[in-house]
Amino acid sequence: MAEPVANAAAPAPAPGRLRNAFGGVLCAFTLILIGVLAFSIRLFSVIKYESVIHEFDPYFNFRVTQFLSKNGIYEFWNWFDDRTWYPLGRVIGGTVYPGLTLTAGSIWWFVNALNIPLSVETVCVFTAPIFSAIASWATYLLTKEAKGTGAGLMAAAILAMVPSYISRSVAGSYDNEAVAIFALVFTFYLYVKTLNTGSLFYATLNALSYFYMVCSWGGYTFIINLIPMHVLLCIVTGRYSSRLYIAYAPLVILGTLLAALVPVVGFNAVLTSEHFASFLVFIILHVVAFVYYIKGLLTPRLFKMAMTLVITVGLAVCFAVVAILVALVASSPTKGWSGRSLSLLDPTYASKYIPIIASVSEHQPPTWPSYFMDINVLAFLVPAGIISCFLPLSDASSFMVLYLVTAVYFSGVMVRLMLVLAPAACILSGIALSSAFDVLTRSMKFQLSKLFDDGPAISGNGSPNGSSASTVNTSSSKNEKTEKSEAAPKEKQSKKNRRKDKEVTESVSVKPKKEKRLSVLPLEASIVSTLLLIALGGFYVVHCVWAAAEAYSAPSIVLTSRSREGLHVFDDFREAYAWLSHNTDVDDKVASWWDYGYQTTAMANRTVIVDNNTWNNTHIATVGTAMSSPEKAAWEIFDSLDVKYVLVVFGGLVGYPSDDINKFLWMVRIGGGEFPHIKEPDYLRDGQYRVDAQATPTMLNCLMYKLCYYRFVETDGKGFDRVRGYEIGKKHFKLTHFEEVFTTHHWMVRIYKLKPQKNRIRGKLKKLKSQSSKTSSTLAAGRKKNPWQ
Amino acid sequence: MAAPRVLLLLAAAALLAVSSVGDASGEGPRGRKLLVLVDDLAVRSSHSAFFGSLQARGLDLEFRLADDPKLSLHRYGQYLYDGLVLFAPSTPRFGGSVDQNAVLEFIDAGHDMILAADHSASDLIRGIATECGVDFDEDPEAMVIDHINYASSEVEGDHTLIAGDDLIQSDVILGSKKIEAPVLFRGIGHAANPSNSLVLKVLSASPSAYSANPEAKLASVPSLTGFLKSGVQKAGSKMSHDKAGNEQFVTETSKWVFHERGHLKAVNVKHHKVGETNEPSMYRINDDLEYSVEIYEWSGTSWKPYVADDVQIQFFMMSPYVLKNMSTDKTAVYSASFKVPDVYGVFQFKVEYQRLGYTGLSLAKQIPVRPYRHDEYERFITSAFPYYAASFSTMGAFFIFSVAYLYHK
Repeated sequence: MAEPVANAAAPAPAPGRLRNAFGGVLCAFTLILIGVLAFSIRLFSVIKYESVIHEFDPYFNFRVTQFLSKNGIYEFWNWFDDRTWYPLGRVIGGTVYPGLTLTAGSIWWFVNALNIPLSVETVCVFTAPIFSAIASWATYLLTKEAKGTGAGLMAAAILAMVPSYISRSVAGSYDNEAVAIFALVFTFYLYVKTLNTGSLFYATLNALSYFYMVCSWGGYTFIINLIPMHVLLCIVTGRYSSRLYIAYAPLVILGTLLAALVPVVGFNAVLTSEHFASFLVFIILHVVAFVYYIKGLLTPRLFKMAMTLVITVGLAVCFAVVAILVALVASSPTKGWSGRSLSLLDPTYASKYIPIIASVSEHQPPTWPSYFMDINVLAFLVPAGIISCFLPLSDASSFMVLYLVTAVYFSGVMVRLMLVLAPAACILSGIALSSAFDVLTRSMKFQLSKLFDDGPAISGNGSPNGSSASTVNTSSSKNEKTEKSEAAPKEKQSKKNRRKDKEVTESVSVKPKKEKRLSVLPLEASIVSTLLLIALGGFYVVHCVWAAAEAYSAPSIVLTSRSREGLHVFDDFREAYAWLSHNTDVDDKVASWWDYGYQTTAMANRTVIVDNNTWNNTHIATVGTAMSSPEKAAWEIFDSLDVKYVLVVFGGLVGYPSDDINKFLWMVRIGGGEFPHIKEPDYLRDGQYRVDAQATPTMLNCLMYKLCYYRFVETDGKGFDRVRGYEIGKKHFKLTHFEEVFTTHHWMVRIYKLKPQKNRIRGKLKKLKSQSSKTSSTLAAGRKKNPWQ
Repeated sequence: MAAPRVLLLLAAAALLAVSSVGDASGEGPRGRKLLVLVDDLAVRSSHSAFFGSLQARGLDLEFRLADDPKLSLHRYGQYLYDGLVLFAPSTPRFGGSVDQNAVLEFIDAGHDMILAADHSASDLIRGIATECGVDFDEDPEAMVIDHINYASSEVEGDHTLIAGDDLIQSDVILGSKKIEAPVLFRGIGHAANPSNSLVLKVLSASPSAYSANPEAKLASVPSLTGFLKSGVQKAGSKMSHDKAGNEQFVTETSKWVFHERGHLKAVNVKHHKVGETNEPSMYRINDDLEYSVEIYEWSGTSWKPYVADDVQIQFFMMSPYVLKNMSTDKTAVYSASFKVPDVYGVFQFKVEYQRLGYTGLSLAKQIPVRPYRHDEYERFITSAFPYYAASFSTMGAFFIFSVAYLYHK
């Protein structure tokens, strides 16, 4: 992987044209290989398991795609889904980010139009790997804009296999992020491209790309905040130019208009605080542009006068506007921010106020090991990349640095935003590696040529000959890089050259000395460093392949475990969903914790009460309350929701840790948030969550405990829970309002049916019953129908 | 006493969901095959008047001894009988495969039962009664005594033969012909929990009645009285009396028990938009729709239109958004038209009709209500004309400006 970069970066000693052609072809080949690599490294899940959709959200996306391919785009747009969130229903068309679905739907339509009969599921499974390849190409483009072809190829290769991205884009992981990362990087590329060229064409493309990003993922707010930040940075550091204006102003106007077209965003594009920064910067940019314009018109003295006048008036107006805005924003309860955004700004916000956001594991802050797991050696290369970006600091490279810094912060807040960090880390690592190789190979070459020319000469600093050679080298390699952007229009090139010239004249006084000092390293040191860097890259590759093959390829609906007897496959989820789809009525309602909502609708095709689109907190709290209530109260809650079946996931028999008992505390918290009679301390013994003999009576009598551990003692006679690691508290009990109808092979999914309402209510006499059981044991002993006990 | 004191306990089972559909062809709501379990075949002749009235109405009675070893309520998963008459108060256990659970399951499966008990009621009979919500006095010697509303008897001071006329006010249960004479009763007392909503008290003793052993000296009468005054329920006696209403009472209640009266069925549920006839799979908010249902009542021989003015339709999603009386045109068709509320979701057409003595009607039909499609909104809103004007004038002005800027001078 290191070789092609080194080759591409090192100029071959041939006449310019041929060399460029050679470099271009090599570069194209490398890119194709990178694409193949990105695609194929994500196929472990298909090879090791099967071609299935993974996890939870992808099942929803899959279902939506199926609907789209069957009914067309207008029906999809107007789709009111009556099978989720019973009885509220959900307007899917207006609440879903349609980018992924439309993408996969178009691919499916396209291949079918070519008479390639692929199923929708196949297309969905392979959408993410395809887009990973495209994302790595976009990364190449972005990095090339900042630091040249070599860095671009390096970054693309690194991104193709960065574990963080693999975790969200293996085959079958059919989620928004799969296409969103491509859209994110490509939007940044077009922004930087516009910034470098000042072309309105790219600015328009940039807005369109932003539109695609808005369609695809809620993370688009990252773009619409990061780019204004960069613009502001450029203005503050005195880098304002008309290119900056062209890069930014059309994006805000067109982008906002386009974003408002997406039903799920709609007026949020101008109403919510997430978008506020972009408008503020838009205004500032115009003010600055105006000031520059005025500056050009007036003499310096007049300008100074005008400035003081404008600043005093402007400040007054600004104060008024800001005061109004602050008042407006402060008057709304959430300060105009959505919960997820607020928890980004204040990491403790969610855990304090919104249990439903805090309950999702991917919204938790990451641990340190997860950084090493997800970006591995990039964590060490990134600082070098930042340094390299400052040599010299251009608009593009400052954008990279800014992107990285913000992404690092966000990834520290939410583990799922590690995904946003990954491209930044890859780009900067690519830059770092590429610059390092650049320096090392150049000094090697310089030393070698010296070696051959002068024999054992001084390999020290500051030989005048060497310095001039190296400067020539750098400038020429720079020119190559610009020229190498294949088939670029002449005009553009000249524009760029003009800019470059300016830059070079600016920095030529400082830079060559630095480069000279850096570039000419001892030969041995260079060789060793090169080898070490290649080894580092090797470790990275090994780690990535391992992560792709072992850590991130499990589909989570099929589980495997390796034991001495061999490979165990736990296919309980699909078993349960298949049971539901074959044994229940088509309009039956199934209640479960929201995690399993999407899968139930997609795989079992049954109506669910709540699902993973957690838009209605009260509804989820109702289910949480039912699960935390005693049997009778729970029965009443479920009956009022027309629920027929209750599904719980139980890992105690096989040791599957993410089961409902482990999630139960969140049900209590979320339920208690809406219904105060559910109190968390009632379920904790001395602040500890436990279900063994020490557990509280409330815990041992709640529905979740009973549904999970019903008949559990029959498995081993003791009721030993292998997840919690102890025997359960209450072992022998009967269910009065629910009956077990199905339990999967490994007891991972248990389905209960609500017993119908009683046909008769028992009288009071209990003594009689005991008498009768004495006299006629057959009668009362086997009775199960005692309704109120 | 010569004749056993018989107490009828009427369990009209399956109050829920008896809106049986598809039998509009004059078939009754219930089959006609009854199993009569007696502990002595002599009961057949001693109570011939009662059984005779059942048979005269076309019921097919099969008499079996309660401890018949071949007794079975079902075969191959099918119930063999449509109703049960238990005239075996003292039998300790049934024969064959029948036990308390079997009887209760039989009831839960939607069958009817008449249970008779006297002071010798066995634990089995008491158990069945208790499961149905009726508790017999635990003292087997106890009887219902009423020193005010008693019928005349030979023994002075023996007020165990009481006259009950506190009948339930329902023509459906007791027939349209008023029972003039009081119902005479002598026997064991029983009570129903007042909070039990599934038990109907057809005949209650007067508030002055209480249950005690008439032979024993009573120490704590008053405390018992309070409990039992609300408790004594359906009672009847075969004892002949000059002016007793017993026969009419028993005949009429048995008609009710075996669904010869008071059985409603709802068929032909239809709903559609106003002006259309096809039933849509989904409504849109603010649609106008019509709902209709036909309700019939079984008259004993045929289905007659049921006429009432209090049948209500609910358009229901967690709570009723529309609650409306349905109008009827005397031909069993009830209909209502209303506007779908401006709320989308999965609604239900619900008809919950629970009236004393009638089988409950509980219809629920799920129907989703969707929001407007993207092209169903109003295209041009009058109040927005200034904005249209503003945007188009801006476009025009910009065009003119561009032309002027680009091509002037």
